[in-house]
Amino acid sequence: MTREPILEVKELTKAFGGIMALHRVSFNVYEGEIVGIIGPNGSGKTTLINCITGFIKLSSGKVLFRGKDITGKAAHKIADMGITRTFQIMRPYYTLPAYKNLVIPLFSPRARRTGGWRGGGKLGDRNTVGIDILEEIGFERDSFVPYKLASTLPTGYLKRLELARCLALRPEIIFCDEVFSGLSMSEIASMVPLIERLQMDGITLVMIEHRLRELFRVANRVMVLNFGEKLMEGSAEEIMASEEVKEAYFGSEEVEEVMSHA
Amino acid sequence: MMAQTRRKERLDRGIRVRTDGLYALMSWRELSYLTLPRVVLIFGVLALPFVMPSMYWQRVISIVCIYSFLAISFDLLAHFVGLVSLGGAFFVGVGSYLAAILNTSLGLPVALTIPISTVLGATICTALLLPCLPLRGVYFAIVTLMYPLALARVIEALNILGGTDGIMGVASFPSRWVEQYFMIGALLLFLFAIRRLVNLDLGLVLRAVKDNDQAVRASGMNVTFYKAIAVFIASAMGCLAGASLVHIYMWAGISQFALDFSILPIAATVIGGAGTLTGPLLGCFILVPISELLRAFGTLRIVFYSLILVGFIVFRSEGIMVYAQRKYHQFERWVKV
Ligand SMILES: Nc1ncnc2c1ncn2[C@@H]1O[C@H](COP(=O)(O)OP(=O)(O)OP(=O)(O)O)[C@@H](O)[C@H]1O
Ligand SMILES: [Mg+2]
Repeated sequence: MTREPILEVKELTKAFGGIMALHRVSFNVYEGEIVGIIGPNGSGKTTLINCITGFIKLSSGKVLFRGKDITGKAAHKIADMGITRTFQIMRPYYTLPAYKNLVIPLFSPRARRTGGWRGGGKLGDRNTVGIDILEEIGFERDSFVPYKLASTLPTGYLKRLELARCLALRPEIIFCDEVFSGLSMSEIASMVPLIERLQMDGITLVMIEHRLRELFRVANRVMVLNFGEKLMEGSAEEIMASEEVKEAYFGSEEVEEVMSHA
Repeated sequence: MMAQTRRKERLDRGIRVRTDGLYALMSWRELSYLTLPRVVLIFGVLALPFVMPSMYWQRVISIVCIYSFLAISFDLLAHFVGLVSLGGAFFVGVGSYLAAILNTSLGLPVALTIPISTVLGATICTALLLPCLPLRGVYFAIVTLMYPLALARVIEALNILGGTDGIMGVASFPSRWVEQYFMIGALLLFLFAIRRLVNLDLGLVLRAVKDNDQAVRASGMNVTFYKAIAVFIASAMGCLAGASLVHIYMWAGISQFALDFSILPIAATVIGGAGTLTGPLLGCFILVPISELLRAFGTLRIVFYSLILVGFIVFRSEGIMVYAQRKYHQFERWVKV
């Protein structure tokens, strides 16, 4: 490819004490892509996101964003550059209603810079902007749902709220940590077009998933992690055909099922 | 069993204010429903200097205000930012020594020493607490507790700033009316300003820091910066209290680093109702006079004091204000299950 990658990860290594959570993982992400990251439980997927987004310090390696070194920068500075993430264990502000959850990211320096809105200005205050974003992400505008306390929302809405928090920052990249897991088939079916729309809006997505079938439908490229090492990288078809990947996932019914469809 | 066939049902009072703020302007009944509690509070406090029987009790009003500043400051940090502060003594100490120095060495009048000590003191306190702000957990509490102890020992050991004698000859307020109405006015101003602050978008961010600081970081915001803002506001209140105290006693000394300033505001917050901001103020209006009444008992008053506190924690752990708000806003009735 001749394009410059938007994100370059070089030889990223992370050790927790004696445990090698990540060992020399390298990959590139190009603008506008959807990259899938899969791997068995404990293979280091979440740790990879944490290292890239600055939530934990990496042991060695480099992360470049548009050619600029962001290795080891503080998490809020990385988010401020437009590299956002969702949390695998959802982290809403439980004591606030759903739409108020978005007032916080909308108050951030990045949202003020990129959004062009000011509280109470012509474009509406942060509450209305928050409700707009929630509607965009699949909360029914005229229902009570956006006004409910986050602690009372079901999983499906909390996953959407995680994405909405990222969208409030007008992100360049969103790292999604298992946004499909815990959702019913119909919820996933309504989430997939949403992901596709984000891609059409020019947002680059990196998606960690265990729901391979749905991931393979949207992802342009997939990377496989196993025991903290990059096993392989390629198109969905290549991954499904790989013996190595089958072995890594040995015993996982879903994979066998997906593989058998291939 | 009776207890299980009956339960208490709570209903919101049928008042339209709740659905849309504009309705409040359409009837006197609803308007007064909204404003009455505030009016009673404001005029009640403003009337205090007139109804107090003696000079002694008028002095107590000022002391109550000083503790109220500290209690509101504690409540702001603990309930809205998630920082448990034992720093009342630290803030008071810094504020009072600053005011005393500005007054005795530089000859500044009271009208200048108090505002300068408030802002400068808050800056110093925030700077000193900055290193422990990125940490989560109990560190903030420990450090805020440690500073006043350390500073008092430093002043003692190095014999600086008047050593154990303290700084004497500090100017007093022009009159006791000025003193009391300055304290009361500033207290009401801060109370309503802070209540407004916590409902602004900035206040929402502070509450989010308490709720879930990781998500705040993921939103591109520097958690330490927002904690520092809150600590600045809280320590400004404490330093204002300390600076006023110095002009009331006309003396600054190491007893202004006394732990009473850290502990009593917390007790007042428990009694008054944590997270209500007005509750801690009420708590001070109850606790400080009681502790004055019990002064005759010497150190034994600590026992009474603890009994009151334990009683409150066991029987009314929500605090007076939360209880009162519920009674005011909701009907209660027994219903059969
Ligand atoms: N903070 C930590 N301290 C110590 N070990 C950790 C820490 N976080 C993760 N690990 C270890 O690192 C390894 C990778 O964990 P990680 O959470 O990244 O896996 P994952 O691929 O996201 O798994 P899952 O699919 O279950 O979410 C695991 O062995 C885990 O026990
Ligand atoms: Mg994970």
